[in-house]
Parts: sequence; structure tokens; C-alpha cells
Amino acid sequence: MHDKTLAQQAALLASGELKSVELVDHYLTRIERLNSNLNAYILVDEDRAREAAVAADARLQKGEGGPLTGIPIAHKDIFCTKDVRTTCGSRMLENFIAPYNATVVDKLNDAGVVTLGKANMDEFAMGSSNENSFFGSVANPWQHDRVPGGSSGGSAAIVAAQLASAATGTDTGGSIRQPAAFCGVTGIKPTYGRVSRYGMIAFASSLDQGGPLARTAEDCALLLQAMCGHDPRDSTSSLTDVPDFSATLNDDIKGLRIGVPEEYFAQGLEAGVADAVKTALAELERAGAILKSISLPNQGLCIPAYYVIAPAEASSNLSRFDGVRFGHRAENPQDLEDLYKRSRGEGFGPEVKRRILIGAYALSAGYYDAYYRKAQQVRQLVTNDFTEAFKEVDVIAGPTTPTTAFSRGEKSSDPTAMYLNDLFTVSANLSGLPGLSAPCGFSNGLPVGLQLIAPVNEEARLLNLAHQYQSVSDWHLQSPVAND
Amino acid sequence: MQYIMIDSCAYNQDRIRFVALTPDDIKSIAHLARLGVEEDALAPLAADLSSMLTLVEQLQAVDTTGVEPMAHPASASLLLRDDVVTEPNQRETLQAPAPATQDGYFLVPRVIE
Repeated sequence: MHDKTLAQQAALLASGELKSVELVDHYLTRIERLNSNLNAYILVDEDRAREAAVAADARLQKGEGGPLTGIPIAHKDIFCTKDVRTTCGSRMLENFIAPYNATVVDKLNDAGVVTLGKANMDEFAMGSSNENSFFGSVANPWQHDRVPGGSSGGSAAIVAAQLASAATGTDTGGSIRQPAAFCGVTGIKPTYGRVSRYGMIAFASSLDQGGPLARTAEDCALLLQAMCGHDPRDSTSSLTDVPDFSATLNDDIKGLRIGVPEEYFAQGLEAGVADAVKTALAELERAGAILKSISLPNQGLCIPAYYVIAPAEASSNLSRFDGVRFGHRAENPQDLEDLYKRSRGEGFGPEVKRRILIGAYALSAGYYDAYYRKAQQVRQLVTNDFTEAFKEVDVIAGPTTPTTAFSRGEKSSDPTAMYLNDLFTVSANLSGLPGLSAPCGFSNGLPVGLQLIAPVNEEARLLNLAHQYQSVSDWHLQSPVAND
Repeated sequence: MQYIMIDSCAYNQDRIRFVALTPDDIKSIAHLARLGVEEDALAPLAADLSSMLTLVEQLQAVDTTGVEPMAHPASASLLLRDDVVTEPNQRETLQAPAPATQDGYFLVPRVIE
């Protein structure tokens, strides 16, 4: 039953052919058998999962369930869960028990999902390989010597290895889409503000967005529906109405204009990735879409702008970890300064330290204008490129990543080489646009992701297009041999 | 020591000269961030941060004259709520994760002798 999509499982649950307790037990058994090799879960909570499954079955029995009632999922360990440990992949929060649920957790609980556990991730969501987790790296289910991507690497590996029906993730520079591409699953980062950031541990607040990872676009539509909506507890939460994402999945894509940025197919793109993406685009053209070559001239500046803005915001956000109110506290501090410095020095890992330092530097007196302000101006230029492009096209499509999943250990000693993984994904974060990655083939036995980007608030268009693609392809239904 | 010269930004008439970061620079930035860094980590961090600065350096070549800085993708202004009490007192719940508390206060090392 693990090889069924979430939507198929939901139909079986609704008809009574399948009980949530059976489904949950089935996944718990798989986790027991397969997680030790993958390390995709940081925490598995069997008791709470079984309790929630019993409650979900009762709700379904009474006919009060929705499409997510009784569906087992994993939460990225960045979402606060009341009474259950939330680590954010860091020693800093090794023993942190949040006093409240993230809004995303509450909303999905209200919809009746069953939380199996918390997914591994790069520490404080900083990374593209999941090698920065205090709780150890994660294996890519397709080839265990490869990384699953990051920072939502545990979430993507869980969905690919079918250790839950779906998982939540967050995306600051590509952290849902890049691991979705590397693990051969579907993931969507909605428009900035769509999903509440309340209780989602902050990395870079003007870029962070939560979203789902699942097997199919249809599954993502169901999850995103439950996750979206205005939240008065998040000051940047969107007031825009949330459409019915499932209602438009089957809309005809005839005449839909797809922009293909020439910059996305420049030098450095792995040949197998380029081939798979071009084949997928041709498939969409056969389905009635119109391909149009476009240019995003400032695309090359996205990484530099991002690596000023994200660390600057992170250095500010992570100042809250001071050894006083929550998190790790150093033993026997000499004075307050020693308490701050040693608690933070011991609690944070190397990549988090690098980003705090570069961020503090970029914001420091004398450098603010040259780095932070300049990066914000470039951010505006990048956004202007999209505004221009969307006058001509409805969706932008290209590869999610320049390569398929790289080897574990290959890039961990060179932070800046690691950053180039986000080449095609950071622009959507800088501009607050929705972006989706869907499986579109393989290169050397590893999954390739097709990225789709739409104008603000047009998630439904992305899900529609991805669903139509998945109706004429079966890449999303393939699973790693090691799953069985 | 490596010096990197860059053009002045449009909004700044002075030419700014950037220096590749040294272990001493890391020490002072780490102090600003109240981040403990081991002595032997200073040199590798100086190299890593300098390479990050090289990565972002190409921003300086972009003409951004007259471009309004974009701080945020959400353009809507902040909302006002009614001026009524909405949150109950949850001091005990919220202090539960704290490493050290007493009488409802967070404990820190003595600041005033």
C-alpha cells in the first residue's frame, strides 16, 4: 500500500477499504526496516501516530473526514510540534520541546493527518545536501552514496523511499525543489505569504516559505490546500483568497505559453539533465502548450544577491539563540558574554557559523550599503526580469538543478561550490514567486527535476501543468529498487 | 595580503576598498555576533568567508542607479488589529524550555557586582 499515491490512499480510506491504523502500522514497519540506512527521520513517534490514526479512523467512520484524514506524513524538523522534540537539525535545539504547534502543524492536524515523525534536515535549513545536520547525513534512496539534496533532504528521502505518504518542507533558496528533484518526487514552494511562518523556525524571513513534498502534483494540491490561508500570527501572511487547487488540475493546457529561459540552458548544465528537460518540454508542447524562448538577463546575479540577503537575515534571526531563553547553554559561564559566546559557539555547526559571520559582516557599519543595500537593489532587478517575462508567457520552465544528486562528501569541504546548486531555484525566493519541481526523467540512473515557475498567487497553474504532464508521463511513479 | 579593488557604488561617491578577511577580522566579526570561535578555526573561516565575498563581489559591477532596494516580496502594508487583549498569560509554558529560571525570571550570570 506504500506504493499508492496519497490521493489513492485517501480514496481507500474514504471507502473504508483501508484503515488509517493499518496504513500507519505499515509505514512504521517500513521505517523500522529502512530508516537506519537512510537516516531520513530524526524522530519517530509511534505512540502518538497510532493514537492519531485511531482518532482519524473514528472521524472517517462518522463520515466527517476530509481527503487528508488518516494520511501519514512527516514534518520537516523545522516546524514546531508541541510536546515533541523540534531540533532544526542543530545541537542548539537538541533537547528543545516547543510550547506550541506551528500553524502548518495545526492546520494539517485539523485536516486529520497522522504525523509519523520529524524529518532530518540541514542545520537551520542551511545547506543543499543534508550533510550539515547535527543528526547525521541522509542517503538518497536511489543511490545511497549520493546526497538527497537539502535542506529538506529528509522530507524528500522519506517520500522517495515511501516511508510516509508525504512530507512538509521549507524553501528559502530551493530547499523544497532541489531535494524533490534529487529524490524524484514532486514539491512546491508556494507564493511568499501563502503558508504561515508561525512556528516555522526562521532562517531568512523575507525568503522562507513552507510547502509540501509528495509523489504527485495531485497529492501536493491536496496538502497545499490544507497548509495555505491567512494567519494573524504571521505579519507577512497573505490575505489573498486561496483557490481550490484540485479543481483546476484537469484544465486543458492547450495554448498555455511556457517561457524557456535561455540562461537556464547555458554552460555547466549536465547533458543528461538538459536532455530530460528538453524531452519533457516537447511532451508539454505535444499536449498543446506553446514554447517560447525568453531571457532573464539578471539570472546570473541571483546567487550573489541571495548569499548576501539570506545570511544577513539569518545573522539577525539566529541572534535569538543566546543560551538564556531556550536551546543549548554552555556549562559554568564566567560572565554573560562568555555565556552568549560559548552557548552559540558550541550549539551551532560550521555552515551556520559561516553564514552568521558573513551576514554580520554584510550588515556591519561601513559595509551595509555596499553589500546589503546593493543586493536588495539587484533583487529588484531580478524581480523586474520576471515581471517582463510574464507579460509574454504564463509559466517559466527549465531544469530545477544544474546536475543530478552528487556524491556524499563531494562538496562538503567547499561551501561556495555547494551554493551553485541553487542556481535555478533562488530567483523564485528572491521574487516571492511560486515554484514547483516534478520528476521528468533520469540521468545516469538518478532523477532529474523539471522546474516550473508562475506569477504571484498562481500555484494552481503550476499544479495544473504538472498534473497534465504527470498524466502523460510516469517518471513520478517510479521508485528506487531498494524500497522493496 | 590580497586587496580587492571595486568601483564605487552609485549612491556613494567614495571608492571603497575591500580587503580579503584575516583571522583578526573574523575575531572581531565573531565578537559582534557574540559567537565563540576556536583560535584554530579563525584561519579556515577567514578563507571561507573571503571566498564567499569573492562570490558576491560581482554585484558591485551592476549599475543599480535609481533602483529602489527590494526588502521583501510582500508589498502589502502591515495590518492593524483591534486594541483588545488576545493572548493569555503563558509565562510558565513559554519559560518551560529555558535552561535556567527562578521566580518567573530567566537566570544569567551575575552582571552587576
